[in-house]
Amino acid sequence: MTDRSIAHGSFTVERTYNHPVSRVFSAWSNPEFKRQWFGSPDPAKPNGVFEFKEGGREYNADRMGNDDFVYDVSYRDIVPDNRIIYTYEMHMNGRRISVSVATIEFTARDGGTRMVLREDGAFLDGLDTSAQREAGTNYLMDQVGLWLDKQ
Amino acid sequence: MAILNVMLNQEQTLDAMFQALADPTRRRMVDRLSRGTASVSELAEPFSMSLPAIVQHLKVLEESGLVTTEKVGRVRTCTIDAGALSMVEKWINDRRIGWEKRLDRLGAFLDALPPDKPAG
Repeated sequence: MTDRSIAHGSFTVERTYNHPVSRVFSAWSNPEFKRQWFGSPDPAKPNGVFEFKEGGREYNADRMGNDDFVYDVSYRDIVPDNRIIYTYEMHMNGRRISVSVATIEFTARDGGTRMVLREDGAFLDGLDTSAQREAGTNYLMDQVGLWLDKQ
Repeated sequence: MAILNVMLNQEQTLDAMFQALADPTRRRMVDRLSRGTASVSELAEPFSMSLPAIVQHLKVLEESGLVTTEKVGRVRTCTIDAGALSMVEKWINDRRIGWEKRLDRLGAFLDALPPDKPAG
């Protein structure tokens, strides 16, 4: 039986781009633009779903190593040249592993654009299999290595 | 399973874990336990050091929160603390790093656009 649990986590990333807000916003709203910076570099990958509007859906499936990932987005709030808010689920090998809300804000600053992306997520069921626990150990060992290098 | 998010803001706890893992014997012990629980004697078996020395290492690992032990009858069983190795922190870190790279690519994409290209 799967142990059930929820862990909450957040992160924020920010950038300042030397471009007007409308151009930076279009990198998100225009599918041809977004494809050039967002995701899989594999040209053979079939186009996912992309509906940039409130209530619209974005869907991408990807394989990384031995794992299949699905990224299923629902756009909730779009204010052109100002903000984008979406919720999304991630699935790994057919199992839902997280549900999150992401907000992206665009602010004109000094002729350029300040862009802030924040995600708040609920991570489900500990992502807990013994293989993942072993992977967790390997990750920890890598972190220890980095930490030791700094000592 | 214990949740790691309480540890996400506790640098000291992570430091204790890293200190515990600074020793190669303890790293090998943690590596062994990541593949399954073990009794103290099973854990000591591959090492050419005394049992008290192993027990001392185990104490450090327990104090760091990485390992929990339980005595049932005469046998002490050791387990990796599931909360310590939750994948949540790694997952969030991976997400954040993924976005840092994407946003760098976004910047490069914008810089490569012709100056008067109309917005899509």
